[in-house]
Amino acid sequence: MLKRWRQRVTFSDIVVWAIGIAIGIAVVYGTIVTWRRADYTAEQWINLTLDGLKLGGIYSLIALGYTLVYGILRMINFAHSEVFMSGPFTAVFLAKYLDSIGFYNSHPLISLILVTLLSAAVSITVALLLERIAYRRLRYAPRLVPLITAIGASFFLQYTFRGMYGNDPETYPTLDILKGTWTIGSIAIPKTDLVVIVSAFVLMLILYTIVQTTKTGKAMRSVSEDKEAAALMGINVDRIIVFTFSLGGASAGIAGILYALIFQQVHFYMGFIPGLKAFTAAVLGGIGNVVGAWLGGTLLGLIESLGPNLFLSGLGIPAANQLKDGIAFAILVFILIFRPTGLLGERVSKTKA
Amino acid sequence: MSKKTFVIVSLLVLASMLLTACGAKAPDCTDPLGCVTVAKGEPVHLSYAMVISGPDATLGIDSRNGAEIAIDDKGGKILGHDIKFDGEDDGCSAEGGQAAGTKLAADPSIVAVIGTSCSSALRVAMPLWSKAGFTVISASNTAPDLTLAGNENQHPGYLRTAHSDSVQGAAAAQFAWDKGIKKAATIHDGSIYAEQLQKVFAEEFKKLGGEITAQEAVAPDQTDMSGVLTSIATGAPELIYHPIFIQAGTQLILQARQTPGLENVLQMGADGMFSPDVMEGGGDAVEGVFVSSPDTSKFGPDYAAKFLPAYQAKFGSAPLSIFHAHAYDALNLLYACVEKVALGDKEGGDIVIGRQAMRDCMYATKDFTGLTGNLTCTPTGDCADPKIAVYEYHVGQYPPEKVWP
Repeated sequence: MLKRWRQRVTFSDIVVWAIGIAIGIAVVYGTIVTWRRADYTAEQWINLTLDGLKLGGIYSLIALGYTLVYGILRMINFAHSEVFMSGPFTAVFLAKYLDSIGFYNSHPLISLILVTLLSAAVSITVALLLERIAYRRLRYAPRLVPLITAIGASFFLQYTFRGMYGNDPETYPTLDILKGTWTIGSIAIPKTDLVVIVSAFVLMLILYTIVQTTKTGKAMRSVSEDKEAAALMGINVDRIIVFTFSLGGASAGIAGILYALIFQQVHFYMGFIPGLKAFTAAVLGGIGNVVGAWLGGTLLGLIESLGPNLFLSGLGIPAANQLKDGIAFAILVFILIFRPTGLLGERVSKTKA
Repeated sequence: MSKKTFVIVSLLVLASMLLTACGAKAPDCTDPLGCVTVAKGEPVHLSYAMVISGPDATLGIDSRNGAEIAIDDKGGKILGHDIKFDGEDDGCSAEGGQAAGTKLAADPSIVAVIGTSCSSALRVAMPLWSKAGFTVISASNTAPDLTLAGNENQHPGYLRTAHSDSVQGAAAAQFAWDKGIKKAATIHDGSIYAEQLQKVFAEEFKKLGGEITAQEAVAPDQTDMSGVLTSIATGAPELIYHPIFIQAGTQLILQARQTPGLENVLQMGADGMFSPDVMEGGGDAVEGVFVSSPDTSKFGPDYAAKFLPAYQAKFGSAPLSIFHAHAYDALNLLYACVEKVALGDKEGGDIVIGRQAMRDCMYATKDFTGLTGNLTCTPTGDCADPKIAVYEYHVGQYPPEKVWP
């Protein structure tokens, strides 16, 4: 047994494990140092956690788009970050208009619904156009071809929106009802945070229910398992793919509005980093897996917002917070090394197309 | 090659040499760095390297506008030659500086470069330009080490009309102290400009007797600032000094207001955040944010009387940022020196501009009356007549209100 084990393990395996163990020790050590120093109060930790949850919620919603499309087409839709950008970057003009006539703050709920609907509609349109124009013809092409097309489409969309709406960031007007905090027990939670966390979670639940229980969702899963067999069973594969893209587009468009509630600023380049993070989240949870997207997004958000203050500053790294993106992408690398199928495992068809 | 063709070819070569010699009225070049020869009818080539796209574009476009007005004021001509003014985007980054630097350095027709907009870009581009023999004058680089003698980042041929941040940082610290602030925190974005500026601020603030509770950093395109702000809140500062650029800067302004413990903290930026984009990006949260910047009210009388109307007429708006007058002065300094050092027919015929002579002339500038004050260049290229003021942003009001000194 031991002998066989020794034959299987290569030198590079040992190096990789050593690195993994070293990082693990560093993280634990940094955490202990920070705990003992007690720089932060419990409330501050709770606030950082809430921050991680809200980022995580947004990452999950975007990650869903990557995951669903990957599950069915086995391609990574790198233009999904632009699907995410297009919605809120368009809806900001509606929000500003509503604000200028005073409607935005007098009827906040209706305004938010209108803005969200517009954002989702634009994102769905962009996603569908992408599918129809860029990807459909390439469905049976070698895997690299749609991937490169996706990157090209991503640039095309970025600069199209830059051409349409300009170079400068636009800002969502502040909603008065979301100003301030709600106090639960002794903790003051910013209203925006709670709204974003709850809506992201509810949305994830709805999307999960659609995929798991509805007839279309069932068809979707069967297409992702075996396209030909699904077609033979009378499922319209094209229609299911279109549905998948719209579902991803809608969740990205709504995620965009949640993002805009927190950060307020939108610009043509805003999709890039959240898109990459969401892709990381999808890989972390196991690509093709809806629950995995939620788990990966939430974990990534938490690690990102807690990590720098929790273990990096404990390790004595100066100005640790500028490394938060570094942490996220380091996770991507290590997931790919140690568990390429993600935490919950991939759920995709065995054969492509 | 037969003997006969060889003789013919040699004769032709000789004849062509004689013909060129007859044609050129311009004197020989004796300059140690070489010369730029501008034949009759050809333009004198000046280039810019400024940030003209992306989130910081207003900074560079504003400077370029200032330089274009200077060219217009001269009727677009120098010594009877047209002025050719084109350039590259410096991207406000080291990568952009590398690209713009390489591209411009390869063009031997360039006499001088105005730029860059950002110190990070200059640091990589300047070694290339210095080697190419260019004279480079920046309207908005403020990192102190660029003109610090005996420093690896100070290169021959570099000058600037913008202030050094050793002046700006000290002014900001003095302002904070005058305001009764005892505890301050700083945030930079890893750029040379912000990193050095917050360092000067911190040192000066400590000298005055204040306490620096944290010196943090963010990424230039970071959107979520909660971690860094929570970490800063543990020190309970009264002021956060974040001399960074617009994109991350406006996010800090927005999110600091929502961070527990920092709701009432004062915030202060520097000249990189003197832009209408801050008003746009920061929304209601910009109320009460301070920025240090050149004091336009101390500029010469021509600034309000001639320059601003010309800007309005040509570009249809008030200045977009703060370094337009510095660029105007930079171009005029170059103009004066080209006129002085050019040899040959100064009435529009062939002229020769010595590169070393050009640099020597620029460094020798003394008491030049510009828009931004009386400019005298030091041997390492600091030409500014720095007057720093602090401005306060109010919602719906641009430019911001001057509050100090």
